[in-house]
Formats: sequence, C-alpha cells, structure tokens
Amino acid sequence: MKALVSVKRVIDYNVRIQVKPDGSGVVVDGVKHSVNPFDEIAMEEAVRLKEKGKVTEIIAVTVGGQKCEETLRTALAFGADRAVHVKVDEEIQPLTAAMALAAVFKKEGAELFFLGKQAIDDDAAQTGQMVAALLDLPQATFASKVDIDGGKAVVTREVDAGLETLEFDLPGIITTDLRLNEPRYLKLPDIMKAKKKPIETVSLADLGVTAIAGLKSVKTANPPKRSKGVMVKTVDELVTALKAKGLI
Amino acid sequence: MSKILVIGQHADGKLNSGIAKVVNAAKAIGGDIHVAVFANDGAAVAAQAAALDGVAKVLVVDRAGNDDYVASAIAPQIVALTQSGGYSHVLAAGTTSGKDFLPRVAAKLGVQQVSDIMAVHSATSFDRPIYAGNAILTVEAPAAPAIVATIRLASFQATGAAAAAAPIEKISVDAVIPGHTRFVSLAAQKSERPELQSATRVVSGGRALGSSENFSIIYSLADKLKAGVGASRAAVDSGYVPNDMQVGQTGKIIAPELYFAIGISGAIQHLAGIKDARTIVAINKDPEAPIFEVADYGLVGDLFALVPELEAKA
Ligand SMILES: Cc1cc2nc3c(=O)[nH]c(=O)nc-3n(C[C@@H](O)[C@H](O)[C@H](O)COP(=O)(O)OP(=O)(O)OC[C@H]3O[C@@H](n4cnc5c(N)ncnc54)[C@H](O)[C@@H]3O)c2cc1C
Ligand SMILES: Cc1cc2nc3c(=O)[nH]c(=O)nc-3n(C[C@H](O)[C@H](O)[C@H](O)COP(=O)(O)OP(=O)(O)OC[C@H]3O[C@@H](n4cnc5c(N)ncnc54)[C@H](O)[C@@H]3O)c2cc1C
Repeated sequence: MKALVSVKRVIDYNVRIQVKPDGSGVVVDGVKHSVNPFDEIAMEEAVRLKEKGKVTEIIAVTVGGQKCEETLRTALAFGADRAVHVKVDEEIQPLTAAMALAAVFKKEGAELFFLGKQAIDDDAAQTGQMVAALLDLPQATFASKVDIDGGKAVVTREVDAGLETLEFDLPGIITTDLRLNEPRYLKLPDIMKAKKKPIETVSLADLGVTAIAGLKSVKTANPPKRSKGVMVKTVDELVTALKAKGLI
Repeated sequence: MSKILVIGQHADGKLNSGIAKVVNAAKAIGGDIHVAVFANDGAAVAAQAAALDGVAKVLVVDRAGNDDYVASAIAPQIVALTQSGGYSHVLAAGTTSGKDFLPRVAAKLGVQQVSDIMAVHSATSFDRPIYAGNAILTVEAPAAPAIVATIRLASFQATGAAAAAAPIEKISVDAVIPGHTRFVSLAAQKSERPELQSATRVVSGGRALGSSENFSIIYSLADKLKAGVGASRAAVDSGYVPNDMQVGQTGKIIAPELYFAIGISGAIQHLAGIKDARTIVAINKDPEAPIFEVADYGLVGDLFALVPELEAKA
C-alpha cells in the first residue's frame, strides 16, 4: 500500500512574525523556515506504518516554489522513498493546493494520504478536507491515533467534546493532530541518504490543474496590542484589584 | 441582498452555543438568515434556533445518522441545500465540527473557504487571523457562486432572543451519501464546570503543575470562582488533563472576562487562544516569563503557595 504525505514549508514556529509596514504581508525573506510541525507528525506516522509493514512505499509531496525542495529533502530524510514537487512560483490558495494534491494522489494510486491538520502560517485548516471532497473519499481530521487493518482505518480524533472514533474503508485522507506521535530526531546518515533519493518535478498543467483565484488579500495588519499591565506583590493586592473591578 | 445559510450544529439535543454568535456575524453581513438543522430528529434543536433574534427561518433535514455529524455525510446535504436554495453565504461555527465538514462543502462548490472570520467589513470582505493571530489578514471573497466561511466564535457576541419565534420548515435534500465512513464512538468528558468556550472566567494550568494530582488545586480554585478549566499544551501532552482542555492555536480559542494563566510560560501558541480575554492574570515564579508581557495583573511566586491562598481569599 502506497502512502502519500504532504509537507509544507512555513516560517518556523519559534519566529516572531513581523507584519510589513505597507500591509502587503509578513516578512518572509531572511526568516527561518521549517517543515510545518503537523506535517512532520504526518511523515512520522507514515514511517511508523511502513516499519510495521502496513505501508510499502511513502511518497512526499509539496506544492510551492524552488525553496520547497529543502522541505522535501527533510521528508526524504524522515523516510519517504521518493518525492513529488508540484512547482508553482505564484501564490496559491488551499483549493488549488488541494486540487494538485488530489491529482498526485490519484496518479500515484495511493491508498492513504496524511496531511497536517493545519499549516501554522495561514492556519486555514482546510486542505485535507478539500482533497477528500475532490476525490469523494473518506476523511478523518485531527487524528490522535490511527490503526490500519484489513482495508480499514480506525481513527481517534481530537474534537471539542473529547475524543471521537471513526472507521472508514480505504482509501482515505487523515489529517494529523499534535498528539498523534512525536516525530523522530533526524540523524546525519539519513540526511545524507536523502540527498540521493529522487524528486520528480511536475507543473500544475502536467496535473491538469488550473489555479483558482479565490480570495484576494487586501491587507495584512498587526493585531491590536495588549498593553502590559501591573505587577502585584501579594495575593491580597491581586484580590483587592479584581474585586474593585467586579471581576470576582 | 444576501441569503445566508447558517449550519445549526448541535449535540445531545442542544444547539451549539456558538450558533447565536454565528447568527450575529450573519446579521453583520446582512440579509435573510436561515438556520439549517441536520439531525436524526431535529425538532428540539430547531426550536432553539428559531428563538434566536435575526433568524428568518429554520430548515430541518431529518435523516438517521445525521446526529453523528460525519463530514462526508453532512457536506453533500449542505451542498445540495446551498444550490437548491440559492444561498449567497454558508456559515458554520469554527468548532472542530465546523472545521471538519465545511472545507468539504467549499471544495464541492469550487470555492475557497474563508477560515475563522473575526470581523465583517461587508458582504464580501472579512478579517481573519493568520500566524496564530500574530497578523490579521483582510480578504475580499468573490461573491459567486457562494461565500463559504467559518466564524471565529471568540470574536462575536451572541445574538439575543427573538420577539417571536421564526417559522420551522421540514425539508428533504437530494444528496448522495457515501457509506465509506462510520461513526464509532465519542468519549466526551462530562463536567459540571462551565464550558471552556462560553465560561466568563477560566483558570488554566501549565506544565508547572507537575502531575494530574497536583492539578486539583486548579480545579479547586476554578470551583470557588465558578470558572471553567483550561490547560497549556504541555499540561495536556504530559497527561495531567484531557485534550479538550487545551487552550491555544491548536486548542480552543476563548474570550472570557477573566483568565488565569497559572504556571504557564506564555508561548505564542498559547497566547493565540487568549488574545480576546478581557483581563489576564498570570502567576509564575519566573519574573521574565513572557506571559507577564500580556498579563493585566502579574504575580511572581510559587503557585503551590499562591493558588491555595488565592482560593481562600477570593
Ligand atoms: C503571497 C501569498 C499570498 C497568499 N494569499 C492568500 C489569500 O489571499 N488567501 C488565502 O486563503 N491564502 C493565501 N495564501 C496562502 C496559500 O498559499 C496557502 O498557504 C496554501 O494554499 C495552504 O493553506 P494553508 O497553509 O492554510 O492550509 P491548511 O489547510 O492549513 O494546511 C493543512 C495541510 O495541508 C497540506 N498543505 C497545504 N498546502 C500545501 C502545499 N502548498 N504543499 C504541500 N502540502 C500542503 C499540509 O500537509 C498542511 O499541513 C497566500 C500565500 C502566499 C505565499
Ligand atoms: C505547532 C504548535 C502548536 C502548539 N499549540 C499550542 C496550543 O494550542 N496551546 C498551548 O498551550 N501550547 C501550544 N504549543 C506549545 C507551546 O509552544 C508551549 O510549548 C506550551 O504552551 C508550553 O506550556 P507551559 O507554558 O505549560 O509550559 P512551560 O513553557 O514549560 O512553562 C511552565 C512555566 O511554569 C513556571 N513555573 C514552574 N514552576 C512553577 C511554580 N512552582 N510556580 C509558578 N510558576 C512555575 C515556569 O517559570 C514556566 O514559565 C504548540 C506548539 C507548536 C509547535
């Protein structure tokens, strides 16, 4: 069984985001980028399934510009066997990304597709669900536990009320939550080996996908700043202040 | 004029408390507001939706299995209703369920979803948070064929009670529902405490609590204050509390009047969940902890001494 894993290049989660003064976006040049943390979890899950003999081949895929090749190399170091780079130089939106990812899934004849539940840059949390809709396939989002057996997936999902369990017939789409696993630490030999693994480059046109214009970005702004409050020295002082404001 | 379809998400026979906020967002867009209830038997939920101010009509789609809200089963019904009803907007609460089924609806309609609307400028222009709320993006969405959006509940007040209940109409939709996905079970945490997302006060504990036993001092303070209880990711990952208590970018986004961050450092991913809290109180032994940069009241010291004292004096 082939598994596809998508990996997205995003600004590292430790970076303090700076909004450009002209409102045209956030500063990305010269800023540290990494693999979206949820996608590392997606990779790790696929690799564990391969180690258990449930998955035979792992294909990493990304949609983006030249620099996303680094992201694919990271995925290959994790244990992907090969990678597909859908090369686009212009900005694309989740539906276009989803159309490209769906096309790759179909072309590869994969049975499982792991994506992150959200990318930490745009936080849209929609790509996996869109892929599932476009392919009319099952989806299990926000997964914290995955069992694959006998052509079925049993997935525990983190939902507002607690933990939900769904079962679906393969093929299907799974989006990963933080507690699904803890991604392994990459070792130097794996990083070296990854350099020799194949990356196939395709265009949207090769996949028969036309980018959807979708939403227009009007401007990017800073959120309202919270002003620094006061430091109190004792619990009494805190209680007095909260009572004075009618908060307790 | 806009014709707005609000998805009336529900559980255990109760309309999700966020729907009153989604209706308020719909009022800001302006137009005819219909709430659609997809349920096994939606009568009781529909009556609750009909009592919300601003709702012109409630549509009920009864079908065995709808209560489970499996995305691949609900989405085609919403798509069919959107198309047959000629709706200009489809809105859902930005809960885990809204985030699950709505992108499927958007993809089927061939549109981009607007995720987590936090402000409405016009029927087609909205603000949404990106980078864990560290930047706000204003987007303009094409009006046709429809605008599909989730609403960030922490950004909107609830609509009030209607003077007269809106009419309720039972309808059926023409949708093919795949059998490939089955709901198995829901392990819900039952709690007598106020629900995290609607509580006016919330007390959260972090990694510093050290164990689930120690977390009892957080529950105990919360009970004294009639507050909901939350936690940082570190506290959830360490197994002190269940996942549904996580507050932050990847947990719950909340907007209480009063928030206590106890033994929580204040990572940006945690702060993303409390940006709209009215007053933040932080208790931390490290005077340099980033949480103090956003706290309205900061108290430096050992939480194991300070929290019981606070409980006694509050
Ligand atoms: C200059 C610029 C302008 C933009 N303008 C807009 C805009 O106006 N409106 C808007 O909504 N978005 C805009 N985007 C964002 C758009 O490119 C999204 O980042 C992308 O399509 C996916 O959205 P997301 O990251 O929020 O997806 P999510 O749905 O949060 O991602 C979930 C998962 O999907 C997978 N995934 C998503 N995208 C990719 C990818 N490209 N390659 C591989 N895997 C992927 C990953 O596994 C990820 O974890 C803009 C981006 C740029 C660079
Ligand atoms: C993609 C991604 C998503 C994430 N999403 C979330 C999210 O949704 N929510 C979230 O919370 N985190 C999230 N995180 C994790 C986040 O980055 C932090 O790791 C986490 O919030 C830290 O939790 P903490 O503050 O409890 O722990 P720590 O950072 O370890 O802080 C513990 C604090 O307790 C203080 N302390 C210790 N002992 C005492 C004592 N006796 N008395 C008083 N104070 C004491 C310390 O000074 C310290 O400040 C995410 C991370 C990533 C990468």
